[in-house]
Amino acid sequence: MSDPTPTNPSSPREYKEGFHDDIKAVKSVPKGLSHDVVDYMCDTKSEPDWMREFRHRSLDLFLKQDVPAWMPGLRDEFNYDEFTYYVSPVEKSARKWEDVPEEIRRTYDKLGIAKEEQKLLGGLGAQIDSEMAYHNIQESLSKKGIIFLSCDEGLKQYPEIFREHFAKNIPPEDNKFAALNSAFWSGGSFVYIPKSVKCDVPLSVYFRINAEQFGQFERTLIICEDDSFCHYVEGCSAPIYTTNSLHAAVVEIYVKERARCRYTTIQNWSTDVYNLVTKRSLISAKGVMEWVDGNLGSKRTVKYPSCYMIGEGAHGEVLSLASADKGMWQDAGAKLVFLAPNCSGRINSKSISGHGGRSSYRGLVQVAKNATNCRAQVNCDALILDPRSRSDTYPTMEVNGDLATVEHEATVSSVSDEQLFYLTSRGIKKEDAVSMIVNGFIEPVVKELPMEFAVEINRLIGLQMEGSVG
Amino acid sequence: MNDKFEIIDLHARIEEREILRGLTLTVPKGEVHAIMGPNGSGKSTLANAIMGNPKYEVTGGEIRLKGESILGLSTDERARKGLFLAFQYPCEVPGVRTANFLRLACNARAGKELDTMQFYDKLEEKMKVLDIDEKFVRRYLNEGFSGGEKKRNEVLQMMMLEPEFAVLDETDSGLDIDALKIVCEGVNKLRGPNIGILIITHYERMLRYIAPDHIHILVEGRIAKSGGPELAAHLEQHGYDWITKDK
Repeated sequence: MSDPTPTNPSSPREYKEGFHDDIKAVKSVPKGLSHDVVDYMCDTKSEPDWMREFRHRSLDLFLKQDVPAWMPGLRDEFNYDEFTYYVSPVEKSARKWEDVPEEIRRTYDKLGIAKEEQKLLGGLGAQIDSEMAYHNIQESLSKKGIIFLSCDEGLKQYPEIFREHFAKNIPPEDNKFAALNSAFWSGGSFVYIPKSVKCDVPLSVYFRINAEQFGQFERTLIICEDDSFCHYVEGCSAPIYTTNSLHAAVVEIYVKERARCRYTTIQNWSTDVYNLVTKRSLISAKGVMEWVDGNLGSKRTVKYPSCYMIGEGAHGEVLSLASADKGMWQDAGAKLVFLAPNCSGRINSKSISGHGGRSSYRGLVQVAKNATNCRAQVNCDALILDPRSRSDTYPTMEVNGDLATVEHEATVSSVSDEQLFYLTSRGIKKEDAVSMIVNGFIEPVVKELPMEFAVEINRLIGLQMEGSVG
Repeated sequence: MNDKFEIIDLHARIEEREILRGLTLTVPKGEVHAIMGPNGSGKSTLANAIMGNPKYEVTGGEIRLKGESILGLSTDERARKGLFLAFQYPCEVPGVRTANFLRLACNARAGKELDTMQFYDKLEEKMKVLDIDEKFVRRYLNEGFSGGEKKRNEVLQMMMLEPEFAVLDETDSGLDIDALKIVCEGVNKLRGPNIGILIITHYERMLRYIAPDHIHILVEGRIAKSGGPELAAHLEQHGYDWITKDK
């Protein structure tokens, strides 16, 4: 289509979270990864010996393992010794907002987190660099026995529950970046929902990287006992630097019998951040796990939230949304692993690539031999906004169980000239029309989000779409 | 005041094919004109050229709205000036709710944010005229709509946007007789001194319900004949052959 309107590819992504504040580190280590850094972290966190051994072993595993061959480019893209592996701007995590150091509160003010605190949904955590600056839960929820702490506090206060679950779902052997996280983990959340307790308001955590050339390795452990429910929501952002940062989180979730857990992520890192995350849930009989995974930022994301259905009749679901703008590569997707009979799972993935961005869907559906009568449905749709942008699909299916039903549907589309002509013929400006089409494309995922997140996503996508179609 | 819509010696092409070859036509406000013509005579090209579809290139001539040339304007600017096209094949926009779309379109046309309550009151009223179920506007724009629903939606948009000049491109196609009557009733409600309407159609059946003031016959990219409503009946009896032969 020939069009007289010139495009404006120079400023594709407006990123209002890209500011940097001067926040003095209370504790930090020299650049580079070493066993000394591990020892320093264990000492400063007063950790038990088993954790010290675990961290050292994990570092050895990390150094031994290669980046998997299917993670193209990540082998040589950066030097691990350029990063700082532990930076703490706080002495300890505050339980009152007033106790958070003022300079950090200012950062959270700008990000709108302070306002969230006033509402205090169910619980709120705010991590800056390596540590949680703030972590608190409504009294009514803690009275029900719900535990919502930083992961470090979880280890201190509930050592038995912690040790029983920690790294049992994602051991450091799992992959190179899980090993890296296991060696240097700090912060993240520890969530425990007792039997039959419903946590009916979301527990929300915000992750902020402020330091430059820094590695953030939060670790989250969520345990939903039988018949319980919880919704955990996380968001994140970072300043724009000329150098790279690394974010390698590990999230382990245990959904016990008939429990339900929903985990919502709105990832909006700056385009300096390598976001290499391992997320996995183990779902017991008749349990339900729902991942809602929104990836709007980062330089590179490598993340496939996984559902391992280990009990009969378990259900796993992943709604994945990725937007790859200029200089970004979203390698997102999902895994459904059926290990018991009569389970079901669904993956619904939507990706948008614009301004030369690249998005990939990488998915796995695996049905074990004994997992009979399982049902999996995969839909992945890609929207490509211009010829410079790219989208790929890498679906893998391994079906060994009998009577399995596996459906896979994939579409690739662009914003069509017909749609643009139709919408503009009603007086709607072209950029608004594009934004409308794109928001319509992701609607099936966005409508699953809490209201305020849906609004935020629509706003962010709208910003990214400005000037994106010629 | 120059209250008319003028097409003067219009030449237009799609890809390398010239389709319109000197078409001239004037529709004053308050009148309804119909353009009839055989397949391939240039009816759809005319509709697209008027609305500024970038796929169609105007190579000569002029289109004026109230004395002002609109050829240099983009499609959305033309719409905001009060031009409207009811599409022959309205396209689907998945995930965009019809009501939300209509609201944005009405705001764009008005140049300001309209009161939400007033908008919905008006929408409800127009939907009643067109016998549209209230669930309809909560559905995604044209997605999974039947042919008749799509055309009703076009007329609904026209009624909501209140254009000064409207082009209806084969709005009768794909409609059964009941739907056709309802759609025509909608158009008749809109008809009046503040709007000029150009109906593009292959058949005269729509014209039975909307009596046009003038009828023009389009052949090979030009108006071959103009006349009163009697032309339609003549065409119905004799087809287009007598005009092509006349030449």
